[in-house]
Amino acid sequence: MNPSDQLLALHRVSCVLGRHTVLSNATLRVGRGDFTGIVGPSGSGKTTMLRALLSTVRPASGWVERAADIRVGYVPQIETVDWSFPVTVGEVVLMARTEGRRLPWASRAERRQVATVLDDLGIGNLQGRHIRDLSGGQQQRVFIARALFGGPDVLLLDEPTSGVDIRTRHEVLHLLGRINDDGLAIVLTTHDLNGLAAHLPHVVCLNTEVIADGPPRTTLTPEVLERTYGAPMDVLEHGGMQIIVDRYDNVIPLRRAAS
Amino acid sequence: MTWHQLLEPYQFAFFRHGLIVATIAGALCGLVGVYVVLRGMSYIGHGLSHSIFGGAAASALLGFNFYLGAGLWGVASGLLIGRVTRRRVVGSDAAIGVITTASFALGLALISLFGTVRQSIDATLFGSILGVSMTDVFVVIGVALLALAVVFLRYRSLLFVTFDPEVAEVSGVATGRIDALLMLVLATSVLATMQVLGVILVSAMLVIPPVIARLLTQSFARMLVISSVIGAVSSFVGMNLSYHLDIASGATIVLVCAALFAAVFLGTGVAGSTSRLGRLGSVRHAD
Repeated sequence: MNPSDQLLALHRVSCVLGRHTVLSNATLRVGRGDFTGIVGPSGSGKTTMLRALLSTVRPASGWVERAADIRVGYVPQIETVDWSFPVTVGEVVLMARTEGRRLPWASRAERRQVATVLDDLGIGNLQGRHIRDLSGGQQQRVFIARALFGGPDVLLLDEPTSGVDIRTRHEVLHLLGRINDDGLAIVLTTHDLNGLAAHLPHVVCLNTEVIADGPPRTTLTPEVLERTYGAPMDVLEHGGMQIIVDRYDNVIPLRRAAS
Repeated sequence: MTWHQLLEPYQFAFFRHGLIVATIAGALCGLVGVYVVLRGMSYIGHGLSHSIFGGAAASALLGFNFYLGAGLWGVASGLLIGRVTRRRVVGSDAAIGVITTASFALGLALISLFGTVRQSIDATLFGSILGVSMTDVFVVIGVALLALAVVFLRYRSLLFVTFDPEVAEVSGVATGRIDALLMLVLATSVLATMQVLGVILVSAMLVIPPVIARLLTQSFARMLVISSVIGAVSSFVGMNLSYHLDIASGATIVLVCAALFAAVFLGTGVAGSTSRLGRLGSVRHAD
C-alpha cells in the first residue's frame, strides 16, 4: 500500500478491559478503496478492533495512526439503537451535519442532499417515516445513509448483517460493495463467513489476536478457521464460490442417539 | 360562571405576575424535559430540585443570594451527575440517586444545625407563585431565553448526543461539552421554576408534558414544540383554576397536566401508547 493512501492503521495494538486482554498485538492497515471484513467468534475482539480504529478505546500498548483531516463514518449495531426514539428517517440522516449550519431546520441544499443519499440507497420514499416503522434492511440503510451524509473517507460498520434475514444480508453486502466501488474505504465486522467470502476482497480472522489476514480465497482455510473459531470447519467450492460449513466429526446423529 | 368572575383574578398584579411566570416556567420545563425524558433521566428533575434544596439551605444560612448559591450548587450537581454517568460503570439513575440525595441530606443537616430558616425552606418546598417578585419574573424569562437559545443553536448536536452518544462522539461532536451545556440549562431551569412550582412538583412538569408530546408525535422537532405548548397551557389553565378553586397553584398545574396525560393516553389508545413510550430495544415492526 502506498503510504499516502493509508487512512487508518493499528500498529501492534493491545486493548485491555478490566483484567482481560480483548485485543492482542493487532496490526491492520486501511487504505483508500479498501473493503475489509473482520471475522471471529463472539468475544474475539472484533468490536474492540473497530473501536480502536475509531479511537474510542485507548490501547494498552501499540498505537493507532490516522491520516490528517479524514472523516470516519460509523454505523453501530442496529441492536443498540433505541427504536422508540421519536425521529424520522430524514431527521436521523441530518444528524450527521452538526458543523456549519446552526439552524435546527435543514436548508434547501441539505434537503436535496438528504433526498439524494436516500434515493441512492433505495429508500428515498421513506424520509418522513419513523425509524421503527421500517424493515431490518431499511433500518440498516438509514444508518448507512447517515454515515454517508457526513462525507466520510472511510466507513466502519459493526455487524451490519446481524439480525436480518439472508436476503437482506446479501442486499446489505451488495450495497456496501457498490459504495466501495465508488472509492470509499469500508471496514466491517461480521459473523457471516459465506457472505464475506462472496462479497469482500480482504478478510481479517481474529481471535483476540490476528490469526490471518488477506484475500478470502487464500485466508479462509480449514486450518485458519479452526484456529480462529476453535472448531473444525470445511471450505467447499460451489459454482466458483467458497462455501464454509461446520464439520461435525464427533456428533452422534439425533436418530441414532434416540434409539 | 360569568366573564366578570373568570377575569376577576386579573385585576391583581400579583396574579398577573404569577401567571406570566408560571406560563413561561411551564413552557421551559416542557422544552428542557424532552431531553430529560428521552435520555431516560426522568428523575433528574426530582433529584436536582432536591439537590438545589441543599444549596438553598446553605445560601440562606450563609447569607448568599439565593439564585447564586442554589444555582451554583445545582449546576455542580448536574455536572457531577453527567461526569459519573459518562464513565458508564454507574448508570444515570444511580448517579442521580447518590449525588442528589447526598446534597439533599446536607441541606437537611444544615437546617437541623441552624434551624432558623424554616420559612424560606417551606417556600422552596412548595413554591410561592403568588409571591413572585420582579426579580423572579426576570430570572424565569432569562433562563427561558437561555434554554431556547441553546436548543436552537445546538439543536443537531443535542439531538445526536441524546439519540446516539457513541456515534456522535465518533462523528466529531464534543459530547462532553454538549452534556455539560444541557446540565447547565437543566439546573438553571429547575432553579428558576422551583420558585414557582416548588421543589416537589417541578420534576412532574419536566416529565409529563414531554411524555404527552411523545404520545402525539413521532418527530423530535414536533415533540419539542408540542411539549413546550402543553407545559405553557397547563400552567396557564392551572393558575386560573387554582385561584377559583382555592387550591395550591403548583399542585393544580401538575394535576391539569396529569389529567391531560390521562386524556391523551386514552385517546391515542393504550396499546399504541405503550409501544411508543416503552424502550423497545431492537423490536422491529415491519419485518
